[in-house]
Amino acid sequence: MGTITINGKKVEFTNEKNVLTIIRKAGIEVPTLCYQPELSVFGACRLCTVEDDRGRCFAACSEEPRDGMVIFTHTERLRKHRKLIIELLLAAHCRDCTTCDKHGKCTLQRLAYQHGINTIRFDNHRADMPADFSSPAIVRDPNKCILCGNCIRVCNEIQGVGVLGFAHRGTDAMVSPAFERPMSATNCVACGQCRVVCPTGALTIHHNMSEVWHALLDPNTRVVAQIAPAVRVAVGEAFGLPKGENAMGKIVAALHRMGFDEVFDTTYTADLTIMEESKEFLDRVGKGEKLPLLTSCCPAWVKFVENEYPEFKQNISTCRSPQQMFSAILKEYYRDPAHADGKKTFVVSIMPCTAKKMEAERPDAHTFGEKDTDIVLTTTELIRMFDAHGVNFETMPSEACDMPFGIGSGGGVIFGATGGVTEAVLRRLTEGHDPATLKAIAASGVRGDQGIKEITIPYNGMDVKICVASGLANARKVLESVKSGEKEYHFIEVMACPGGCVMGGGQPTDGTRVQRAKTRTRGLYAADGEMVIKKSNENPLMDVFYNGYFKDKVHALLHNHQD
Amino acid sequence: MLDESYYRKTDEIISRYVRDSRSLIPIMQDIQAEYRYLPPELLSYVAGQIGITEAKAYSVATFYENFSFEAKGKYVIKVCDGTACHVRHSTPVLNTLRNELGLSEKQHTTEDMMFTVETVSCLGACGLAPAIMVNEQVYPAMTPEKATALIEDLRRKG
Repeated sequence: MGTITINGKKVEFTNEKNVLTIIRKAGIEVPTLCYQPELSVFGACRLCTVEDDRGRCFAACSEEPRDGMVIFTHTERLRKHRKLIIELLLAAHCRDCTTCDKHGKCTLQRLAYQHGINTIRFDNHRADMPADFSSPAIVRDPNKCILCGNCIRVCNEIQGVGVLGFAHRGTDAMVSPAFERPMSATNCVACGQCRVVCPTGALTIHHNMSEVWHALLDPNTRVVAQIAPAVRVAVGEAFGLPKGENAMGKIVAALHRMGFDEVFDTTYTADLTIMEESKEFLDRVGKGEKLPLLTSCCPAWVKFVENEYPEFKQNISTCRSPQQMFSAILKEYYRDPAHADGKKTFVVSIMPCTAKKMEAERPDAHTFGEKDTDIVLTTTELIRMFDAHGVNFETMPSEACDMPFGIGSGGGVIFGATGGVTEAVLRRLTEGHDPATLKAIAASGVRGDQGIKEITIPYNGMDVKICVASGLANARKVLESVKSGEKEYHFIEVMACPGGCVMGGGQPTDGTRVQRAKTRTRGLYAADGEMVIKKSNENPLMDVFYNGYFKDKVHALLHNHQD
Repeated sequence: MLDESYYRKTDEIISRYVRDSRSLIPIMQDIQAEYRYLPPELLSYVAGQIGITEAKAYSVATFYENFSFEAKGKYVIKVCDGTACHVRHSTPVLNTLRNELGLSEKQHTTEDMMFTVETVSCLGACGLAPAIMVNEQVYPAMTPEKATALIEDLRRKG
């Protein structure tokens, strides 16, 4: 508690942990490279250095606020100091800005521009190191690393995976997996959170845009797309729409204009997931085996369990993820010569997620000997392709998805937020679809941004205990508590990224984390609110699926066959 | 994969300490004392046993010059190249040793695993410059001739 004078203006503070938070709360922007509010304070970049009334300089991120402090954030001395830091960072930095994947989104580039640095006074003595393209999800280019350590801390503190660390010392220091292994040979779950916090182009999405352009040009290929729920609330912002606004209609229209033959909504298979997973859940509860049931929608989470908790592997739902269900259904549908029309089918899956790229390459991502998903594009790549195609989002009309797989329920839409899958399951299992019932489910504790949520729901005379976690470090806590017998659950939903898919590793990273999470989550629940069909089992296409063309192939298309 | 006996020995070393991140350095030192280097497989094993990530263990191991992931020869020759030794002509001593043993700046250990030659920044024996160390034994006031004789001597001992 107290008051700090910042640039002559008095600012009150309560329990802020550091001076930087107070400065930013006062609406003053001080540059940082290594500071991320949700991570531990590292204090390495020194860009947030401020000056007090006695001429003492200190890093605002690692200074505890004291009542009566008088600080200045943008003095001539500080401007020179910051400029020198940026120059020194640039001295050992790759200078190929024009071909960098982070171009235009790079904090270092922006700071260099702001500070008017147009020549670099120092020679670059750092030897070129090869970039690591081994992961289908993430590219690591050590030449662009400034050693801020954000990736290391997010991987350790938020995800509890710890693939990356600092290696070597002094001028040889670098960020790397143990023994400088390629990313593909590590326990990396491909969540992409490292790429979200990387201020430069050292960690970027392994993009697959050219494969899609190529397929779109081929007249003998039918290019079909599926769009995940969380994508629709993260695209509009890049084209001047309000943050978090649902732009699904415009995305569908833009894809049609780019030459996609058919565009579908992944909420359709989210609904199928709910149908199958609810059935599986009731079956396991009935038999009292393989509980708690662990959700299988998030491939980073599935990989995490396989890597670190193999004893829980059998608890993972056998349901494929909505992406894999959809791709399998599409491939199967067009395998029929009557539907194929002499063309081969190319499935593009548009996801908020980098781990989906890894999932598409898994051996179990094949059905009847054919790879289900051909290419996964992240939201970030989709925006780049829209830009490259000259899409005018502002004037783009809205279009609906195509049939026969174009209908999804509100339950499917909210998959993109943490707790959404659970809420959709509860909608499915609860009788009635009146507003009061739906409201009661929404208020049961499934919604909200807490990392671990516990809900107990009465069902058929028993208390169903549910846990919802997001962020893998939280998931680890939950599994440990189940392992030790301290907690008992029937159902555990985990999304690897804190906040769920709206905060996925493939999403745009503009603005602050809190703001992104809030606006996108709100956007998804608003999209759900506008849907006529709220419950997965009320989606009219469910009946068509189970009793129509796919009748005999339900299991082969929708489930993984675990050994 | 190393022989089972390496892991048994490592278990024994780990049992001397608390199973915690703070025990990493003493455990690594004991392993290196045992095998004259730190086998990468054992570093990964230790990380798992004391509950830290492999990346963290690798970070610590590569920070300190003292830890080596490569097997070293029976005789580890440390040539001091600190200021005092350097000005008293340690470089000719180093060059002689490398020439005698067919080693270079890149290759530190002979193929028969008898000798390893490396430079260190200071042995703390500046009064005896130029000094070298063979395993735990210090050799003062070295010359290229003395170095040649020393190698012959060690070869005879085998």
